Amino acid sequence: MLAYIIRRVLQSVLVLLVVGLVAFSMFRFVGDPIEQLLGQERTVQDVERLREALGLNDPFIMQYASFLGRAVQGDFGISYRQSRPVAEILAERAPATLELALVSGLLALGLGIALGVFTAIRRDGWAANIIMSASLIGVSLPTFLIGILLIYVFGVQLRWLPTFGRGEVVDLGWWTTGFLTTSGLKSLILPAITLGLFQMTLIMRLVRSEMLEVLRQDYIRFARARGLSARAVNFRHALKNTMIPVITVTGLQLGAIIAFAIITETVFQWPGVGLLFINAVQFVDIPVMAAYLMLISVMFVLINLLVDILYVWVDPRLRVEGRHS
Amino acid sequence: MTDATGRTATPVLSLRDLTVEIPTRHGVLRPVDAVSWDVEAGEILGVVGESGAGKSMTGNAVIGLLDPPARIAGGEVLLEGERIDNLPLQKMRRIRGKRIGMVFQDPLTSLNPLLTVGEQLTETITRHLDVSDDAARTRAVRGLDEVGIPAAKDRLGAYPHEFSGGMRQRVVIALALCAEPTLLIADEPTTALDVSVQAQITALLKRLCRERGMAAMLVTHDMGVIAETADRVAVMYAGRLAEIGPVAEIVGSPRHPYTDGLMASTPAASAGQARLRQIPGAMPRLTRMPDGCAFHPRCPRVQDKCRHDPGPVVGKADYRAACWFPIEAGEDAA
Repeated sequence: MLAYIIRRVLQSVLVLLVVGLVAFSMFRFVGDPIEQLLGQERTVQDVERLREALGLNDPFIMQYASFLGRAVQGDFGISYRQSRPVAEILAERAPATLELALVSGLLALGLGIALGVFTAIRRDGWAANIIMSASLIGVSLPTFLIGILLIYVFGVQLRWLPTFGRGEVVDLGWWTTGFLTTSGLKSLILPAITLGLFQMTLIMRLVRSEMLEVLRQDYIRFARARGLSARAVNFRHALKNTMIPVITVTGLQLGAIIAFAIITETVFQWPGVGLLFINAVQFVDIPVMAAYLMLISVMFVLINLLVDILYVWVDPRLRVEGRHS
Repeated sequence: MTDATGRTATPVLSLRDLTVEIPTRHGVLRPVDAVSWDVEAGEILGVVGESGAGKSMTGNAVIGLLDPPARIAGGEVLLEGERIDNLPLQKMRRIRGKRIGMVFQDPLTSLNPLLTVGEQLTETITRHLDVSDDAARTRAVRGLDEVGIPAAKDRLGAYPHEFSGGMRQRVVIALALCAEPTLLIADEPTTALDVSVQAQITALLKRLCRERGMAAMLVTHDMGVIAETADRVAVMYAGRLAEIGPVAEIVGSPRHPYTDGLMASTPAASAGQARLRQIPGAMPRLTRMPDGCAFHPRCPRVQDKCRHDPGPVVGKADYRAACWFPIEAGEDAA
């Protein structure tokens, strides 16, 4: 088990090194940063001094290594546009995105599994059929359209919920949270639904089809023949056996929630890292883009690692294989 | 079977004209057609027939686990004299596992791969018996011990994949019997097993029925298993009961021409014969059942009567055959 985890961690580190290389190479693609840092009135001496100070005369590998070294310590350089450390800007923005992702992730997971199980058990019921048809909307409509529709209905027409921003937030020093104020919570509702709807329908349809497959298995028949209650058969026996594929997809989807928050954050002007990234792209703010790329890949890698560990926890058959290989 | 006072005891299981129907676009199919028999306490009734003869379907109908759209369309199922075929699902769940245990064909797929053997046993025990978790665990160990799992106590925490096929079928049997049912339905319990393991499982089932005085319905297509295990045999053909009687009579001197053909095509029952006989043709499809006796297109003794009327039931109390022209004792059938 420990060897399995260590192997996975090493693989994760390798992935991060490659992503770091991609992020770093962005700096070189968009030309000489000196051009942007120094104004028109510059001397050759100024340019050379800055080049030396920034380490731009070192070989590529050295530059990459020092970039990685600084990144590991949380130093992603200075934002071109805001002239502040990127790490500081990210730390300021991350809570908004993480809170949004957490709420929509829980929404997608909770509702997705519940509705998936329901539609599988009541396969031919009218309620299940309506839910299945409605879920097609969630799968097929693009996120920004759902966001705009929600804003139009609940924000503009009904005036129940705010249409943009995060509302009032409470500053805890190292974290700003919208969970503690009414306006913060109200502001969360529409973006969370927008961001989570696609994931929810996806999880629901996946759980449903896996569940239908598992309910046909012999051990479910045998569980019924032993007189177990419907609840024990459906949840203890059937649901647990659908978890492996569900964990796989859900893990990737949680990563996607954070990454795709860009669109939702743009629609709702949500002050998170996604909006930060879009603005950074417009202003060619490379250090911010590179840091964002690294941040997202760390998230994906962490989630995948977690998924791999969850597999082993759920399925005892994998524990044996892990021991042998 | 008679009890001490000389009265006939209530059979554990009675089927009275049990009929199962499947409505399809091409009409209503009848995989089980007016089947009647009793199984007494401590008795093993072997149910034989070809694939599709309705053996398993009968077993599933008894425990109420027919896959829709199949349904019980007529007749009665009586468990210890009480009618159970029309019980609501909630009450039926209390009977399954508690009063009727069921063992399926494939032990590799009958156990939930994600739960330990102990978890599956204790959940079944606590479901049906009012015992504490500790007592349930003790019972679980005893159950495993009884079916011959070595070091039963240490195996409670093991997962199904850590057992061999034969051992898994023992676990399945322990699971089916852990709430001490009075009736066991075993649906091809040895078919998926190694030949060497088959005999062990058969012997185990027989021993458990004897020890507990449990009635059993042993569904199989293996005449060898029947001859070794069963007290009485029911032969099914195309959803109907062809012949039922004590195992020695059915194996030794079958009266229904189908049973006779079946015995002649079985190596063990026809030892010494140069070539095994086979029954020409195939069992009719449920969608194209012939008029009269279902076996008449393949029957060597067929006469005009057989083509129009299903055979009458002939025989005494513990022996019945559905045939117009049953083979008489000493007569050479073929």
